[in-house]
Amino acid sequence: MTALELPVPAAAAAPRRRRPGLRMLRSGQVRWGIALIVLMLALALIGRFTTPYDPTRTIAAPFARPGDGLLLGADYLGRDVLSRVMAGGINLAWMAPSAAIASLVLGAAVGIVSAYFGGATDAVLMRLMDVLLAFPALLFTLLFVSVIGPSPWLLVTLVTIGLMPGVARVIRGAALPLVQREFVRWSRAVGVPTGYILTREILPNLVSPLMVEFGMRLMWSVGTLASISFIGYGIQPPESDWGLMVSENRNGLAAQPWAVVAPVICIVLFTIGGNLIAEGAARVVARTEGVK
Amino acid sequence: MTTITETEVLATQPGAVMRRRTGWVGVALRKLIEAVITLLLVSVCVFFATQIMPGNAAAVLLGTHATPERVAALSQQLGLNDPLLVQYGRWLGGVLHGDFGTSLANGRPVSQLIATPFTNSLFLAAVAVILTLPLSLIAGVVAAQFKDTWIDKTFLGSSMLANALPDFIIGTLLVFFFGTTVFKIFPPVSIIPLGTHPWDFPAKLVLPVATLVIGGVMYLSRLIRVSVIDALSSEYAEMAHLKGISRSRLLFVHALPNALAPAIPAASLVAAFTIGGVVVVEYLFNYPGMGVLLLQSIGARDIPTIQAIVMIIAAIYFVFNFIADLIKVGRD
Amino acid sequence: MAGIQVQDLRVTLADGSRLVDDVSLSVEPGRVLGVVGESGSGKSTLSLALLGYARPGAAITGGSVRIGDDDILSLPPRALRQARGSRIAYVPQDPAMALNPVLSIRTQLEEMLTGGKQARRDRIREVLAAVDLPGDDAFLARSAGHLSGGQKQRVGIAMAIVARPDVLVLDEPTTGLDVTTQAKVLELVAQLCRADQMAAIYISHDVAVIADVADDVAVMYAGQLVETGAAGPTVTDPAHPYTRALLASVPDSRVRLQLQAIPGRAPQPAPPWDGCRFADRCALATDSCRRATPALTALAADPARQVRCVRRDELDVVPRARVIAPEHPIDEAAASIPVLDVSALTAGYGGRQVLFDVDVRVHAGECVAIVGESGSGKSTLSQCVAGLQERTGGSVRLDGEELAPAAQRRPRAARHGVQYVFQNPYASLNPRATVGEGIGVPLRSFAHLGGKVRRKRVIELLDRVELPAQAAERYPSELSGGQRQRAAIARALACDPRLLICDEVTSALDVSVQAAVVELLRGLLDDGLSMLFVTHNFAVVRSLADTVAVLNRGEVVEHGSVRRVLDAPAHEYTERLLADVLDVPVAAA
Repeated sequence: MTALELPVPAAAAAPRRRRPGLRMLRSGQVRWGIALIVLMLALALIGRFTTPYDPTRTIAAPFARPGDGLLLGADYLGRDVLSRVMAGGINLAWMAPSAAIASLVLGAAVGIVSAYFGGATDAVLMRLMDVLLAFPALLFTLLFVSVIGPSPWLLVTLVTIGLMPGVARVIRGAALPLVQREFVRWSRAVGVPTGYILTREILPNLVSPLMVEFGMRLMWSVGTLASISFIGYGIQPPESDWGLMVSENRNGLAAQPWAVVAPVICIVLFTIGGNLIAEGAARVVARTEGVK
Repeated sequence: MTTITETEVLATQPGAVMRRRTGWVGVALRKLIEAVITLLLVSVCVFFATQIMPGNAAAVLLGTHATPERVAALSQQLGLNDPLLVQYGRWLGGVLHGDFGTSLANGRPVSQLIATPFTNSLFLAAVAVILTLPLSLIAGVVAAQFKDTWIDKTFLGSSMLANALPDFIIGTLLVFFFGTTVFKIFPPVSIIPLGTHPWDFPAKLVLPVATLVIGGVMYLSRLIRVSVIDALSSEYAEMAHLKGISRSRLLFVHALPNALAPAIPAASLVAAFTIGGVVVVEYLFNYPGMGVLLLQSIGARDIPTIQAIVMIIAAIYFVFNFIADLIKVGRD
Repeated sequence: MAGIQVQDLRVTLADGSRLVDDVSLSVEPGRVLGVVGESGSGKSTLSLALLGYARPGAAITGGSVRIGDDDILSLPPRALRQARGSRIAYVPQDPAMALNPVLSIRTQLEEMLTGGKQARRDRIREVLAAVDLPGDDAFLARSAGHLSGGQKQRVGIAMAIVARPDVLVLDEPTTGLDVTTQAKVLELVAQLCRADQMAAIYISHDVAVIADVADDVAVMYAGQLVETGAAGPTVTDPAHPYTRALLASVPDSRVRLQLQAIPGRAPQPAPPWDGCRFADRCALATDSCRRATPALTALAADPARQVRCVRRDELDVVPRARVIAPEHPIDEAAASIPVLDVSALTAGYGGRQVLFDVDVRVHAGECVAIVGESGSGKSTLSQCVAGLQERTGGSVRLDGEELAPAAQRRPRAARHGVQYVFQNPYASLNPRATVGEGIGVPLRSFAHLGGKVRRKRVIELLDRVELPAQAAERYPSELSGGQRQRAAIARALACDPRLLICDEVTSALDVSVQAAVVELLRGLLDDGLSMLFVTHNFAVVRSLADTVAVLNRGEVVEHGSVRRVLDAPAHEYTERLLADVLDVPVAAA
């Protein structure tokens, strides 16, 4: 009878065994993205408690230029821009990731259940998602915040609801071919418990699209939350918030650009982090999925 | 080595093509009905959301002249005491006839109030979309053709940056660079005198349109780039190589027609995003459109106007998403 | 017409690995050279390199490809483009993917020609007639989506010959086509070559096809040619150990052979090293084989043949050894209730009926083959039996007990009793679980075995399918296609089934790997397992099965013992199919 060997890799050295799930982290882009996000989160957290001046106190002339102990000058009410920027990230820092994670979890759950069970479940869930998708996320949030009031938790909830259906759609799209794949069909036919199939066979094979969606949702939640603050329905004055700062100090853009440019840079860095994660993850998927 | 599956064989019988075509019409009809239902549900959502607003419409109208009796009387007159469903039905009936009720802020019919801002917003969005499409096409195709060179890498880097930014950031940066601080070319705000049209003041349109266009182009061109790359690395493209077809013919005749098909739904999505973005961009530039009016109405608690604008924006957004969906289904 | 002379052609990867390792060959006008190789042999890379093309990541780094006075590899880009199509042309493996989905046939043919409109139109018509396709405008306006598989392949051939090339390169052009269409295409190719005096290089993994169509043969292994010679002698009396082993693994529809698999696995591309590439798997290898790479040299006994083996003249050039497999006695009388009893089964989808009144019976220890072409309904049948698809009528009984149409509604015993192994080895296992975990799923969920006991059982099962214990720790992506199929079989066995349904389980595998899986299944049959074996390959049927049912468009047209049906078919459809089956010729005794 024939004796069979396992494939010996061409390189004689024993290969480092890599679990398929962690290949995302090999991408430089993904690592940079995560690093950037973590950095911004840390700055926001630490910054809140280490501001040189009280961010809500007027200490100089409106739109005073940098100098005189004010590194970035003063804003439209004469408050220190640097302090306001350092303190202005804290809200975004917890709200955006919360909304992103929540929308990812909820959306993925809906998407997977929809794809797996099909039929009426699928139809009903997707109809619900369609209704939510009819609203641009910003409009949806604006609508409810304008009637109820801008509480941070409400904002997070609304952004979550606004972003969730997009995740559900994408994950459902990724899960459908998976549900049709031979090994899942075998498990279902043989009678493997549904819980096992969902958690050990479907979910682990969706890591790639989940990572991409996480990056995208993080990006969008930062964008939406900052935009809401910008138009005045997010964080309220006198608290400091990056989006709010851009709006407050627009008129002095010519005279004192730092009051606007500094928070803009912070928002940009935060958003890019999310985008890098999404892009990097998508690249890894494209590279490895080509190899069977 | 693969064997052709049974369904493939069945699909290539001559009759199969016809069956697929009629199937599409059936699917499209069904989707249309679903779309109508969805829009109805959306309108329900809009209506009931605004009902949560504190304060009685009648009280708001009467303002300082409000006494309990007068409020009660006016409420009765306005039909505010009727069950919500009835009020909803009334509102929906009006909407379908183009009647959005009367503004609480100034007593004029809402449809009259929003007419001009609606036109202005539509104009802004239309100009943006019309510019976005060809620019995205060129950028995407060029980047794909020069894949992995500095052209492509620059493109990817800058588009990633711009794609990530919310509209108001892009707008602010544009104002910073071209409106006030670095170069003073374009006006940073787009306030126009009452009764005039935005298209009479092209200079004031440049920055807001540019903001929308940048956002749209960055998104669409990346998609087109990927689509073109896919087409260029497909088996039929390889076969064309092996047949000795020239590079330009390969790109324009063989690859592009196949690459653009998946990009068309995306173009519709871009239209949707552009509409969705009007609120922020108009606020930033003080452009007299629906977005700005919406914010004003929210401040004034002008419920009928809020309902009308949200409904219109959501409907347009939904329609473009639906078109994209339909095209995707038709292609399969 | 000029022939083609290839000298020391070399294609390398970025790390120096040679996909094509100094290959030399030549073909005279009007003759067909068959290049035989399995996956990873480099034959496809070779075929592309002949046109001066290498896929991204690889590059042609040496050698020459001469057609007449021109060396394809040293032509400037514009001349190279012109040469493609007019001097050397390529017929693709998968015409479905190689034809542009949106362009019409006419466009794709016309762009290969130069000259006046009328001249081009005439030539197109001429060429379409030569490949037996209509030349009218309606047909020319069609695009790829409106053609059948066979038609697409003919269009592929037409596209290749329309500009009158000197050389034709065909890369597995009949893979995926059914036997009848394949026969027609092969005949067409041979005819065209003789008529237009083209030199043809025909690449395939199927030795029988090569034996049928080629005048000369070159065998490829690990990027190198290991044997060349005239087709007849090479195939009936192989000289190189690999060729011998390869031929010993090929089944024959005329004789019930026991198939000899080749141990081990073909080497992955690697930077060149000293030693015979086949030594690790060769039963006749000695130390000197591993010390230096043998050169391709002529056989002493027959200088027209060249072999890359230091022991070539020591080994008797004998006809390949054929081992007959024992018949499998089925005691039909003793087994009163068949393990599987399918009667009057009907099924369909999307409004079309696919199966009409099908009867099948499987007794204990019996292997029943379901044979048919694409579209015959054989996969649908097997899926209905397994409950993966719901039948619309008829009954399916396991050990006398009626089974519900959907697997989910069957009792636990029935769901385990009928096990299914899929065709596609790449989708049959969970990519995110180790092989051991995948096999252990039924053990964990149903037998509720604890960790240690489970692990032991998994290793037992791996042993039964002849996979080493370490396989349990590996992920499916680290295993070859054949090994993955074994793992899938092991998982099926974990449920202790009464009936194993194999749905084209070897169709996606190389022939030497197929041999191993077939012999594994034979072992399981000997142990008493009953089997329903779905295939389109009559040779495997002859080798493994006891009884066969022939399916045509959803109906069983013939049914009986393998010996009877294959030796003396009663139905004309079976007769026709068998007539088109190609077997490797055997030397006259």
